[in-house]
Amino acid sequence: MNAATDVRQRSIRQRLFGANTLWIGLVLLVLIAVFGAIRPDAVLTTFTLQTTLVETSVLLVLSVGMTYVIITSGIDLSVGSVLVFSGVTSAMTMNALNDGNATTAGWGTVFVGLLVALVSGAAWGLLNGVLIAKTGIPPLIVTLGSFGAALGAGQLISNGSNVSGVPNVLSNSLGTGTWFGIPNLVLLAAVVTAIGALVLATTRFGRYTYAIGSNEEAARRVGIGVTGHLVKVYLLAGTLAGLAGFMALAYFRVASITGHDTDNLNAIAGVVLGGTSLFGGSGSVVGTVLGVFIPAVLRKGFVIVGVNVYWQPVAVAIVLVAAVWFDQSRRRARNQR
Amino acid sequence: MAQPLLDARNLVKHYGSVEALRGASFTAHAGEVVALIGDNGAGKSTLVKCLSGAEQPDSGTITFDGTEISLPSPTAARSLGIETVYQDLAVAPDLDPAANLYLGRELVKPGPLGWFGVLDKKEMRRRATESFRDLGVSLQSVDVPIGALSGGQRQSVAVARSVVWASRLVFMDEPTAALGVVQRERVLDVVKRVRDQGMAVVLISHNMPEVLAVSDRVEVLRLGRRVARFRAADTTVEELVGAMTGALSQEDS
Repeated sequence: MNAATDVRQRSIRQRLFGANTLWIGLVLLVLIAVFGAIRPDAVLTTFTLQTTLVETSVLLVLSVGMTYVIITSGIDLSVGSVLVFSGVTSAMTMNALNDGNATTAGWGTVFVGLLVALVSGAAWGLLNGVLIAKTGIPPLIVTLGSFGAALGAGQLISNGSNVSGVPNVLSNSLGTGTWFGIPNLVLLAAVVTAIGALVLATTRFGRYTYAIGSNEEAARRVGIGVTGHLVKVYLLAGTLAGLAGFMALAYFRVASITGHDTDNLNAIAGVVLGGTSLFGGSGSVVGTVLGVFIPAVLRKGFVIVGVNVYWQPVAVAIVLVAAVWFDQSRRRARNQR
Repeated sequence: MAQPLLDARNLVKHYGSVEALRGASFTAHAGEVVALIGDNGAGKSTLVKCLSGAEQPDSGTITFDGTEISLPSPTAARSLGIETVYQDLAVAPDLDPAANLYLGRELVKPGPLGWFGVLDKKEMRRRATESFRDLGVSLQSVDVPIGALSGGQRQSVAVARSVVWASRLVFMDEPTAALGVVQRERVLDVVKRVRDQGMAVVLISHNMPEVLAVSDRVEVLRLGRRVARFRAADTTVEELVGAMTGALSQEDS
């Protein structure tokens, strides 16, 4: 044995401490501990946990798709608008199937509504993906376009107003129902996240996503279908935005036109806080979960502790900039070798 | 002489108004190291791109193993057993060496998990460790991102990747450019070993002593055309430089 002795694997401990995810997780734990220490009676309750989880579910689903996109070194600004568009088309289709008001409609209507939401989201995702992968227009510009276009289209279809008439069976089950104390909305988000995490970490699809973000030219030269893969990644992000639109519909009992203007930025912030690099090539869905909950915990904590809630975006901004700075200096240190 | 493994004739390639190849020819035989040399802009990289499927020549013929072929993509070249080490490496810096070795050729787990494209990372890592050991590539670790390795180690992985997958012919565009003395020797050892297995190795290099030390034949490109061919044993650095600069030319090339 000569050179072979040089090939060895890192220990679990080394790997753990090298991972961004661990540090993000610690930040989250510290936040919860601090708020818990100040108001143990209000913070560490089932109710607080449930509401925080429910309020974050929709954003989490958006962020799972965003994680894939950002790992390919892309960006998707359109997810919030696609969410609105999908909610509107879904709600209007359900109403149209039931003489203008679907409140008392049955499961058949709900199923059609889900399908319309998913297809609406997928259509925007496909448009994004094809434009980005085939024309070479930067993702920032393409999705800035669809950010405006999807919202405008939603407003055109709904005449600029919210769409109500959501079936009760939907809002009572997916919207506010629970399963052994766990809100159904949270369960759905958890299943989507788990599948997203597994596909990214263990499959060929996930490996190609990393490879394209790490070095697109290298991926192309080894015969990976880069164009097709990018289309699929944006298609996935769009479809998940459609699903998120359906979830929001179920929860709020209305397809809301407003209130999603910054969903895209919140999703991006969650993904980046979770250790996924904006330069592409590295990141994880597990990190995204932690990253999405940092702003959520800050908001909830500030409300409970009585800090003016307008401090929340300021605090998130500081953590976000620090996280990206950390990532950049890490890359610079690495690439100097 | 035996039938050549690869025989390219009169390749022409334009980039807009720039004529990168003006009827270039190139020959490689199985079981030999051919050095392809030429001054900057002589068309070496373009020629290799045309012969490895990365670019398509505007005209000319490529014969592989006696049959005329076209190479519409790198994948087409690879399916013939032709691999390339590119000058700019083309590795994914965020993936580990094993993942880079298997990039685009990932192994999936047997059974139902494999149908979903679940990777067999353990098996890939095991085989990669074996391949690196066989080729004498020394790495501190097989599971750190390749970007965290030194330039030489990155290059070794890129070389290993092409050699492991090639069965007939390997193009190496400046494979030793970024390497230290020890690693340069290792790569050249690998080149010889691959040749001894019966493959053809095409080595592009600016380093004349290295060219003479490792190759069996030398072909010289100048201004997009083959201007000279030498047996490495019968030539000198002066002769090679003369051919590259145009001071010396052979009629029959």
